[in-house]
Amino acid sequence: MSVSTLQPGATANPRRLDTAVEVARKVGSFLFMVAVTFLGLLAVTFFIGRVVPIDPVLAIVGDRAPPQVYERVRLELGLDLPLWKQFWIYFVKAVTGDFGTSVLTNNPVMSDIAHVFPATFELATLGTLIGAALGIPMGVIAAVRRDGFMDQLVRILGLIGYSIPIFWLGLMSLLVFYARLGWVEGPGRLDVTYDYLVTPVTGMILIDSAMQGQWDAFWNAAGHIILPALVLGFSALAYISRMTRSFMLNELAQEYVTTARVKGLSEFRVVTRHALRNAAVPLITVVALSYAGLLEGSVLTETVFAWPGLGQYITNSLHNADMNAVLGGTLIVGVIFVGINILSDLLYRLLDPRTRR
Amino acid sequence: MKILKKLAGAALAGAAMISLALPSAHAATPKDTLVMAWQFDDVISLDPAEAFELSAGEILGNSYETLIGYDVKDVSKIFGVVADSWTVSPDGKTLTFKLKPGKKFASGNPLTAEDVVFSLQRAVSLDKSPAFILGQFGLTKANVAEKVKQTGPLEFTFETDKAYAPTFVLYCMTANVASIVDKKLAMSHEKDGDFGYAWLKTNYAGSGPFKIREWRANEVVAMERNDNYSGEKPPLARVVYRHIKETATQRLLLEKGDIDIARNLGAEEIDAVKKLPDIGIQSAPKGTVYYIGLNQKNATLAKPEVREAMKWLVDYSAIADTILKYQVQVHQSFLPDGFLGASNENPYKLDVAKAKELLAKAGLKDGFSVTMDTRNTPTFTGIAQAVQQTFASAGIKLELIPGDGKQTLTKYRARQHDMFIGAWGADYQDPHTNADTFAANSNNADDAKAKPLAWRNAWDIPELTKTTLSAVLESDSAKRAKIYQDLQAEVRKTSPYLMMFQQIEVAAVRKNVVNFVLGPSFNTNSYAKTRKE
Repeated sequence: MSVSTLQPGATANPRRLDTAVEVARKVGSFLFMVAVTFLGLLAVTFFIGRVVPIDPVLAIVGDRAPPQVYERVRLELGLDLPLWKQFWIYFVKAVTGDFGTSVLTNNPVMSDIAHVFPATFELATLGTLIGAALGIPMGVIAAVRRDGFMDQLVRILGLIGYSIPIFWLGLMSLLVFYARLGWVEGPGRLDVTYDYLVTPVTGMILIDSAMQGQWDAFWNAAGHIILPALVLGFSALAYISRMTRSFMLNELAQEYVTTARVKGLSEFRVVTRHALRNAAVPLITVVALSYAGLLEGSVLTETVFAWPGLGQYITNSLHNADMNAVLGGTLIVGVIFVGINILSDLLYRLLDPRTRR
Repeated sequence: MKILKKLAGAALAGAAMISLALPSAHAATPKDTLVMAWQFDDVISLDPAEAFELSAGEILGNSYETLIGYDVKDVSKIFGVVADSWTVSPDGKTLTFKLKPGKKFASGNPLTAEDVVFSLQRAVSLDKSPAFILGQFGLTKANVAEKVKQTGPLEFTFETDKAYAPTFVLYCMTANVASIVDKKLAMSHEKDGDFGYAWLKTNYAGSGPFKIREWRANEVVAMERNDNYSGEKPPLARVVYRHIKETATQRLLLEKGDIDIARNLGAEEIDAVKKLPDIGIQSAPKGTVYYIGLNQKNATLAKPEVREAMKWLVDYSAIADTILKYQVQVHQSFLPDGFLGASNENPYKLDVAKAKELLAKAGLKDGFSVTMDTRNTPTFTGIAQAVQQTFASAGIKLELIPGDGKQTLTKYRARQHDMFIGAWGADYQDPHTNADTFAANSNNADDAKAKPLAWRNAWDIPELTKTTLSAVLESDSAKRAKIYQDLQAEVRKTSPYLMMFQQIEVAAVRKNVVNFVLGPSFNTNSYAKTRKE
């Protein structure tokens, strides 16, 4: 509460101005933080890329190139310039949105990322939805019926989720549900038969095929995505249900819950309206973090399921010393993190009145 | 409450997704489409003037034509593909080629000598990685217009700086870099005098049995039948390569029938699928050899007895039969089996007593310690660990330094290693490709521009270098083969290389696929005659 609101004679104007200044200051400091984060990210990735004992020229010309070709490419890359100058050139280009061309694919890095990111986005979103939709109710029930069946189940699932490598889980689920039972489609995003049926608009096949009325392709894509999404969803579920349980236990022990019960509210109302509402605040961070983790690209899952997403793209670029692609990819991951932070910040404000001022 | 509503909605969506996945019927791949799983993350360009990677080699080999080809069953049999006939001038420096009439590109444009001359001039002028294959005949950006000249609608001449062995020139013409590019089409996409390079990197302008419809890096390569192809019409309408990095996934897809061919299965996976009634195994030796290089800057490794002792300290057959089962055959010469003059003699085997004797002679009775830079892939690590064990039995303590491929290579090219385990693939189907790197080192100085394998291991060999360079000028094919045989014998004996294996390519193929060909090089792997029953 600012002082001005307490002065009886004051008009509304300074109050509005006050708020506007505050908002501007907040936005300003926020933008500054974002800029510093990106600059830091850019610098660290760039210099790590230069410190690694890998010759970037080799990545382009290969081992067999004659010396003059090697030398020409070295000069083209500006590798003869001092390091700070190379960084400056990179920085100026990056600010204008030019992250260079990927050595591996020959496309501008940004267009590559625009191609691989929707695949990851589609998968990660579905995985998080599954994880949250199942994990939160399970965690709530586990907390309410402590030591009951659901509590034991959450404990076991948590243990499995943490201890089984996702790589193994992916392969085993493929073996069982795809190879043996034939319930789902195999690795990849779409069967060869449907490959050129869907015109990419958003890059997310489920959405594109639905928009274009290609229902055969839609069902095929759904059959492909469901298994990796469940595998990712499972690991998210293990984490989310565990955290929900402990947040809920904490809330259920609070005095306001006792008060609510004394007032004669039904147990359902006490749990959902009161306890869960308060537990939801820290839960958002948990869900957001696990979503961000999946959006970065879960390399192992993408590899097992031949899913051409961001994780595979960055890893593959790294293995091939394709530094432009690595830098671009890392920045995107940075943007995702900052973006999800903002989002969970906004949700916080929505849910918790104390954070609004 | 809003949150709860959202969550409930999400739960419903999730449940819907799960239920819809259940009734999925499985269709095999379409009958006119061949689907392969392959790790093709090495492809960086589809321009024949630039593409130099194994996967790209196969893709271009099926979509472009070259002047010359060779029989995949007998490499010494050379024939014309685009060329109808050729003659060599009396001084041995000019080859005149006549082309087959009536050929067309996939675009419908006629294929003439103008296109061939354009393609060769273009490759030399662009000067990308594989350009040296043509450049070694004395062609440069400045003189190529003079040296490669059109002399008629279907005739042109190719002039070299020395009287090279005709086989040498002709084998080089079988390489991808000498593919014939559609001049009209490429030049219609030219930008700033780049001969259409920026466009052709991801597009297609050839005349082979298949057209490249699309390449999505690390995802898919789609090929389509070229209806303008002048040869026998390919039975398949489409060929699709899917990039499947994980080999266990390749196996599942193959067993399930969602792919027709798995190209990267490991030994255990091959053992498993081999037992299935509808899957067969196909294999072919390829032009890649595995070796260990000993840096001669290391005083211990420079002792001739130590070099020889190490050659007796590798259990060649055990490695080939277990760790690298199906993937290699023992091969102790630098020329891969299938090359002109290649020797198949394998004199070395594991003999610890003999090695100890040699080490004692070198004054190293109690052994010594040495490091080896090892690329961290299963193949290299597997060989390295086996070698480490057998070395230990003679008192040599071998420390492995693992590293990523580019990282170990960077160190190797700077001659900072003790030992390096590597693979060398032939660049083109002529013996000179390997002789020039294993048995030639014209300048052993640290600042030398050229870095052949002999240089990287600091092996100073003025005499052998002369022999290697003389071999390319020997026009008598039999005499030429003899020179290479002698060279290989000498290298086997005295070189700082432990030549170990030759690569074998294995493919697991569903039995309804007929006539899929694995050739001696990747650009001779072919599905032009493949059909599905």
